[in-house]
Amino acid sequence: MEKSIFKLQCPIPKFDFDIITLAHGSGGLLTNKLLESGVFNLLKNDELDKHHDGALLNFSGDTVAFSTDSFVISPIFFPGGDIGELAINGTVNDVAMCGGIPQFLSLSFILEEGLPIKEFWDILVSIKYAAEKAGVKIVTGDTKVVDKGKGDKIFVNTTGIGKLHPKANIDIKNIKKGDKIIVSDNIATHGIAILSVREGLEFETIIESDTRNLNHITTKLLDKFGNDIHLFRDPTRGGVASTLNEIATDRELGIVLQDEKIPVDKQVEAACEILGLDPLYSANEGIFMAIVAEDIAEEMVIFLKDLEHTQNASIIGEIVDDHNGRVLITNPLGGKRVVHMPVGEQLPRIC
Amino acid sequence: MKYLSEYRDPKLAKKVLQEIKNTVTKPWKIMEICGGQTHSLVKNGILNVLPKKITMLHGPGCPVCVTPLNLIDKAIFLAEKENVIFCSFGDMLRVPGSKKNLLEAKAGGADVRILYSPLEAVKLAEKNPDKEVVFFAVGFETTAPANALSVMHAEKLGLVNYSILTSHVLVPPAITALMEDPESTIDGFLAAGHVCSIMGYWEYFPLVDKYKIPIVITGFEPLDILQGILMVVKQLEEGRTEVENQYTRMVKEIGNTSAQDIITKVFDTGDQIWRGIGNIENSGLKLNDDYAHFDADKKFSINIEKAIENQECIAGDIMKGLKKPLDCVHFGKSCNPQNPLGAPMVSSEGACAAYYNFSTMFKKI
Repeated sequence: MEKSIFKLQCPIPKFDFDIITLAHGSGGLLTNKLLESGVFNLLKNDELDKHHDGALLNFSGDTVAFSTDSFVISPIFFPGGDIGELAINGTVNDVAMCGGIPQFLSLSFILEEGLPIKEFWDILVSIKYAAEKAGVKIVTGDTKVVDKGKGDKIFVNTTGIGKLHPKANIDIKNIKKGDKIIVSDNIATHGIAILSVREGLEFETIIESDTRNLNHITTKLLDKFGNDIHLFRDPTRGGVASTLNEIATDRELGIVLQDEKIPVDKQVEAACEILGLDPLYSANEGIFMAIVAEDIAEEMVIFLKDLEHTQNASIIGEIVDDHNGRVLITNPLGGKRVVHMPVGEQLPRIC
Repeated sequence: MKYLSEYRDPKLAKKVLQEIKNTVTKPWKIMEICGGQTHSLVKNGILNVLPKKITMLHGPGCPVCVTPLNLIDKAIFLAEKENVIFCSFGDMLRVPGSKKNLLEAKAGGADVRILYSPLEAVKLAEKNPDKEVVFFAVGFETTAPANALSVMHAEKLGLVNYSILTSHVLVPPAITALMEDPESTIDGFLAAGHVCSIMGYWEYFPLVDKYKIPIVITGFEPLDILQGILMVVKQLEEGRTEVENQYTRMVKEIGNTSAQDIITKVFDTGDQIWRGIGNIENSGLKLNDDYAHFDADKKFSINIEKAIENQECIAGDIMKGLKKPLDCVHFGKSCNPQNPLGAPMVSSEGACAAYYNFSTMFKKI
């Protein structure tokens, strides 16, 4: 009875769509619309309102970073990784992006009837190694099985928790004009690796996903640069373009990128050319973006270039107080264009 | 990237740009036919750096945009049929039909697959003998050979469960239609490099003779486009009207004769409706009698209501170069890539979508 009263008080908000399509999960404009008009609005609270990759929670003086993520990737084994490794790294990285030091993870499976036990085992083994590499313990979990045809082999959910780094002061509100935007390594590698093994789009060369844990690197950066780091974000779904658009809109600041400074692997760049895709919109798993105080940016890039897996770190742009809410990119020709929020997943072009 | 970065060299591009500035003395209107060139012009910010005397008009050369609404509805009807695997190039999936698009049909349970080559669809048909595989064969002369080849390949394999839904359009009849329009203000054309890599450019000599207008076959990289513009401007300033080839690294006068042979083996030319423009005589390709059994439109009985285009869309004027996207009152407001009112907003290569996505000239609301 109480439930129906609740329904009366919470009428369905005005959505532009009647059903959920894949584009609502792409990390672009439609994901944002679904979250803004639906989830954030209905479940509003101070922690959720930060709209970060995870939440910072205060337990009588101790601050803890907390994040969750579900993994529904197809194919479940792909060049450079599998769904298990991705599920550990994804959540570890989300905690790290909040300035946390990830310590404990939960792990839940939704398995589809018929999944070969060999595949389940391979995924479990890679979960074990990924957790060891990231230095996290898996402390609780759950397993459910659904009828054949009601899942796609295996879905994984992980939730992570860890203490906040003592020097961390990660908050989108700290971003200001003049701040520099750093990407830690080549962009778009993961998204193109996954696309390259989808039926109908296979390439001759193998592009491997760059999925990896980033927490050790972010900890080192926080040790050294502390509160000069204003924001960490991992540009997963929707890519660098979506993440930067979210930031520009949220802070009502402008962002300018330099096309020639954006690091992309040669093979990935070629694949994007062939398929008519833009690396800025392609998903990433093994990189992060840092928005940092202007005067430490160069030093941070030099520091990153000395570490493993961040040798291609680059300052790709800066925060400006012009064209607020929008992301622009300049090219060496002197031309400028807008980098908009993607509508849904990028689709390969005809010609 | 080898063979690409050379054509994006900013120093050379600035040099060509300077040469354009030094050459131009009068106002000229140049139309790039191909949507790929529109995309490149806007994406690389070339429109912002060209001298003001040069106006670029954005032509009808986006195959996704000009595919008729009723054909999109047919595609959705087929995709939603039990037992059909419907295959398409990626960018057709978001194009709105009169009620929904293919992505929404997929969300509703239709088996819609994104492929990069029609030959992959033939493979699917081979692997799924109990299913009907339909490929959405859309495009200009560029994609016609591969689509034709898929049909020939299916015939060779004896497949009876493969068919194509065609919407093939041709460039020269479109140029004729544009030039015959009494309101046309076009002074010169950049012809589409990739179409010409298949067809060559022998088809353009009669057009240049008849309409006294320069046509320069042009590539797609910033340097290609700037050089193509320079070649048109030079002709106009010197009073010449010729067919010239900027894209020499890809295009020969006779084109790719093997590809042309494949097209003529499988297709006949016929009248074709262009979304936003209307019927253009002999501007399309249809499967000929020998291959008619691969025509999805004939193979299946397709029951759809007659589709009605939004009357407020000025797509026709935009694709004929009479108006610019920013001249439209709906642009960026009630018409955007999520909810396009008409053809040029539906694909990233349509003029309106290119402006919407990349242009710094307006502020989104």
